[in-house]
Amino acid sequence: MSARIATQGRLINRDTSVQFKFNGKLMSGVRGDTLASALLANGQTLMGRSFKYHRPRGVVASGAEEPNALVNLGEGDRVEPNQRATTTEIFHGLSATSQNHFPSLEYDVGVVNNVLSRFLPAGFYYKMFIHPRPFWKHVYEPFIRQSAGLGKAPDTEARDPDRYEHFYAFTDVLIIGGGVAGLQAALTAGQSGAKVLLLEQTAHWGGRAPVDGGTIDGLDPESWVDRTVAALQAMPNVTLRNRCMGAGVYDHGYVLGYERLTDHTPDTPGPRHRLWRIRAAQTITATGAIERPLSFAGNDIPGVMLASAVRDYLVNYGVSPGDRTVVVTNNDDAYRTAIALVQAGLKVPAILDARPDGGGALMDEAKALGISVQTGAAVAKVKGSKEVHSVLFTAQDSDGSETTEIFCDAVAMSGGWSPVVHLWSHCGGKLQWDEAQAAFVPDPDRAPVGHDGTAFVATAGAASGMMTLQEALMDATQIGMTVVKRLGHDVTATEPDVVQVDEAQLMPVWMMPAHAPKKLRMKAWLDYQNDVKVSDVQLAAQEGFESVEHTKRYTTLGMATDQGKLSNINGLATLATALGEDIPQVGTTTFRPPYTPISLAAIAGEARGDLFQPIRKTPMHDWHDANGAHWEPVGHWRRPYTFQKPGESVKDAVHREVRATRNSLGLLDASTLGKIIVNGPDAGKFLDMLYTNMMSTLKPGKCRYGLMCTENGFLTDDGVVARIDEDTFLCHTTTGGADRIHAHMEEWLQTEWWDWKVWTVNATEQFAQVAVVGPNARKLLEKLGGMDVSKDTLPFMGWADGELDGFPVRVYRISFSGELSFEISTPANRGRAFWDALLEAGKEWDITPYGTEALHIMRAEKGFIMIGDETDGTVIPQDLGLNWAISKKKEDYIGKRAQARSHMTDPSRWKLVGLETLDGSVLKDGAYAVADGENENGQRNTQGRVTSTYMSPTLGKGIAMGLVLNGPDRMGEVITFTNSGDGAKKARIVDPVFFDPEGEKQNV
Amino acid sequence: MSDVQLALGGASFQGLAKIEELPGQGMVTLRADLDDKAVVAAVKDVFDVDMPGLRGTSLDGANGALWMSPDEALLLCSYDEAQAKADALADKLSGAHALVVNVSDARSVFKLTGGLLREVLAKLAPVDMAPGAFEPGQVRRTRLAQVAAAFWMDDAYSARVVCFRSVADYMFGILSNAADENAQVRYF
Repeated sequence: MSARIATQGRLINRDTSVQFKFNGKLMSGVRGDTLASALLANGQTLMGRSFKYHRPRGVVASGAEEPNALVNLGEGDRVEPNQRATTTEIFHGLSATSQNHFPSLEYDVGVVNNVLSRFLPAGFYYKMFIHPRPFWKHVYEPFIRQSAGLGKAPDTEARDPDRYEHFYAFTDVLIIGGGVAGLQAALTAGQSGAKVLLLEQTAHWGGRAPVDGGTIDGLDPESWVDRTVAALQAMPNVTLRNRCMGAGVYDHGYVLGYERLTDHTPDTPGPRHRLWRIRAAQTITATGAIERPLSFAGNDIPGVMLASAVRDYLVNYGVSPGDRTVVVTNNDDAYRTAIALVQAGLKVPAILDARPDGGGALMDEAKALGISVQTGAAVAKVKGSKEVHSVLFTAQDSDGSETTEIFCDAVAMSGGWSPVVHLWSHCGGKLQWDEAQAAFVPDPDRAPVGHDGTAFVATAGAASGMMTLQEALMDATQIGMTVVKRLGHDVTATEPDVVQVDEAQLMPVWMMPAHAPKKLRMKAWLDYQNDVKVSDVQLAAQEGFESVEHTKRYTTLGMATDQGKLSNINGLATLATALGEDIPQVGTTTFRPPYTPISLAAIAGEARGDLFQPIRKTPMHDWHDANGAHWEPVGHWRRPYTFQKPGESVKDAVHREVRATRNSLGLLDASTLGKIIVNGPDAGKFLDMLYTNMMSTLKPGKCRYGLMCTENGFLTDDGVVARIDEDTFLCHTTTGGADRIHAHMEEWLQTEWWDWKVWTVNATEQFAQVAVVGPNARKLLEKLGGMDVSKDTLPFMGWADGELDGFPVRVYRISFSGELSFEISTPANRGRAFWDALLEAGKEWDITPYGTEALHIMRAEKGFIMIGDETDGTVIPQDLGLNWAISKKKEDYIGKRAQARSHMTDPSRWKLVGLETLDGSVLKDGAYAVADGENENGQRNTQGRVTSTYMSPTLGKGIAMGLVLNGPDRMGEVITFTNSGDGAKKARIVDPVFFDPEGEKQNV
Repeated sequence: MSDVQLALGGASFQGLAKIEELPGQGMVTLRADLDDKAVVAAVKDVFDVDMPGLRGTSLDGANGALWMSPDEALLLCSYDEAQAKADALADKLSGAHALVVNVSDARSVFKLTGGLLREVLAKLAPVDMAPGAFEPGQVRRTRLAQVAAAFWMDDAYSARVVCFRSVADYMFGILSNAADENAQVRYF
């Protein structure tokens, strides 16, 4: 059984105990423990259940690569699923539960899958859930959803109470990984004077060198690390951040860092995670290497761990994985584990070395300690279920039928080491196969390159495939110098003097024993988290999945939250063997960011709650808010949909506003309308190209309504253009269109008509704009006084500058409601005061502020189109009967050519008409007019659809506009509309202008 | 003017830096060829400042000029003088191809004060805020979180941020949030 021992534990402080809960059970660890080491110290080797078979699983690794020991961490608002116990530092009150078990971790009924596992082979889901089709929705999907995923999603009502933020950092050299190679690279680069940022994902510097031993510059690795960190901290041009993982490398030297500031002290105020958005001229990935498991039957039983992890728990945390540990290996490094265990007073009954001749100096050292070493040996099978009982060992070059049993309670395995090439590969760094180490290593000649074709990422140390201390430090020094040279710096660094034990070469072992029969292969796990076995990959190959990418998806190898950090090489080696190909020919799957999962909250940063999105507010926003505004989002703006009085329904409020405006006086905050100033000798020519109608002939002091189309001829925006002077126009756009249309203008000016003399300025926010609407509108302005707004001085479609009640204003005599109407702009900072003045002076006419819905109803009563209602990106002005606004005289305008295409001139295009239901009720928005017969998909044919529809309080009946086949030629005809499940509705085709067709009301 | 109302009525927050909404700032947008000698002379004449170079500022008391693009400058003056100065500049440039617009009311201005203002801005803008990389005399026309903004430093301990008036509330929110006193980064 795993336990805390009396010695070792370089990272823990035994004097400070830390209480935590696992599956509700109170446990005790010490400061410096990870959740994994603390659980092992409590004898808790069983930490979770596997995904597909619900097999008992314990911790395999000691770091970011851990596939098994995933927990639901935290409670209530702080629940997070799939947290790796190996990278979770414990704190007082930590609460974790294991995942994927029912009803309990110890007694899981899902384990029945185990017995049935031969019925769940590779591709099971694809094979099983195809037929019969109707089963999908009610049988298969619920089943898959129930068994999908390991962790539980937080409660939908949970709200993360923590803070998160981003930080933009720029540096010359970014080094990812604070092991000895990263430190040495940082020291080298730092000495050149370059700006250096060094990130380390764990809380500790030095990586695994202090565990693995050796001598650097006459010091033990830990002392060397301390000395080097101190030296780096003293350099003003070097920044060190621990608990900060390099998550992804992207184009242009962009790198994401994921800093976990308070995960280990959750009650500390301040941000929990910080996402570092880094621009680095050069990046060095010193990300180390990950040990590979060996594929033998029972390699997933709790107690079977990576040899390096066993050593880490022992040396770093003073935890033994068991009293009797069998070591099985194909290389020398695992001997270090055996030696460390024996030196700590623990028993190692045997080292099983797959190599016929065994290892080198480390083997001799182990033998000298009295450890039994079996060469050419393999594990045939590990016996046990929730814990290891024994190992059956056999000859590696056998089928495993002749075995000898060794009683033990832990197994330390090592299949060699794979460099962590993820970050190198994220942005296109290529790999090459290193035969001697049986590993993919970065190919420095095919590095990720920047815009100028030069390399911007390099690897250092074990990440380069330099697996010994001496090689790693030599590489790091060289790479440090190379990288600063690329930046034009110069430095001459000396490589540290390293004393190390020479190691014998490893022997690739992809199956143990080499000729294992299916019975054993079916129990030899490649991917622990997703339950993919050697037999699954072999079956996939047999079924024709030759590409590693296809095999990955078919078997789910490497698709779990660990993204195959342990299983990748073993899986593709198994595939290569099954296909009879070499491993480099099979290749790897694609490495994608992030390196390990990062929190969504870190990605969101400050964008949550009130700061989720900017909400644009007009100068009158606060008044609206205080006066019953029922808000509607329009672009990023909030506009009042209507102003509700106490006890009033939304519908009643809208109708009251329409009636008050039509009968007396209404007030609309129109500040959100886009206002773009276009100026220059070529301004008229430019606007003639932008609008479908002629703008250059507009006289100063006058306004004209205009339409804008895209290059493809579709209507994209509309609005009133006012000519300010000979060279200057003010173009009103829709609320949502202001920024888009301004960008559209600038694009044409900068890319196509760069030689035209035109300037534009988006002055939308300079002005508050108020529409004063209704029969009493002029009386109100006359009461305020200051300028002549009479019909003769300021006729319909005219504008004038002046003063009203002391406010500097520009008054546009335009109408979007069919009423006598003035749109008045005043500087934004005076907008609220102007609004208040209008309200005060308008009291005698019962002045009524109205919202966007009343605006929409009044324009619909007049048959005016609305961009976004009558248009949807597929509608041209001709569809809407707007031919009067399309100049025939102009040689060209944006969209003209497209509107001449055969499909655009097709007479069968649906055209705008008014619609009136026979019973006076309201048509549903978007309802289709049905036609006889069915189309080729068996759907009912259609002949039109509703584009906007309202109950008109003015007319006391439902009115609508719609696009109908040959509509304008079918006036008076009755057609049938769908009514979303509520039967059908008959409506008569009528003129879209329902109210005051002669325009007498607005022209007074 | 008593009825001149700021977007936030002069809000302020004290954290890693002090964040304050400034009273009305006169701002005039100039679209013109900034290398044109007549343009440079007119700006000097009306605003009494030199035309700044690429990403530069030219500040002198209440007056100033900020480089926005090769053909756009933002000219600063007192709020009350903005319209008159805009008119005067437009008058002087009447023969040239130039557009002058008073945009004082379109904007809100925030002042950041304190030694950690670089950190506050570096949480929001994709700009290298390191000493030496960004200093007084420079301006950045960029974004802060999700909204367009421009900022510059008046000295080592104070900076000004300009944004559209409609998002003043959001800007104040993100600046105050980034300036949370427990959120020091210690990078610069």
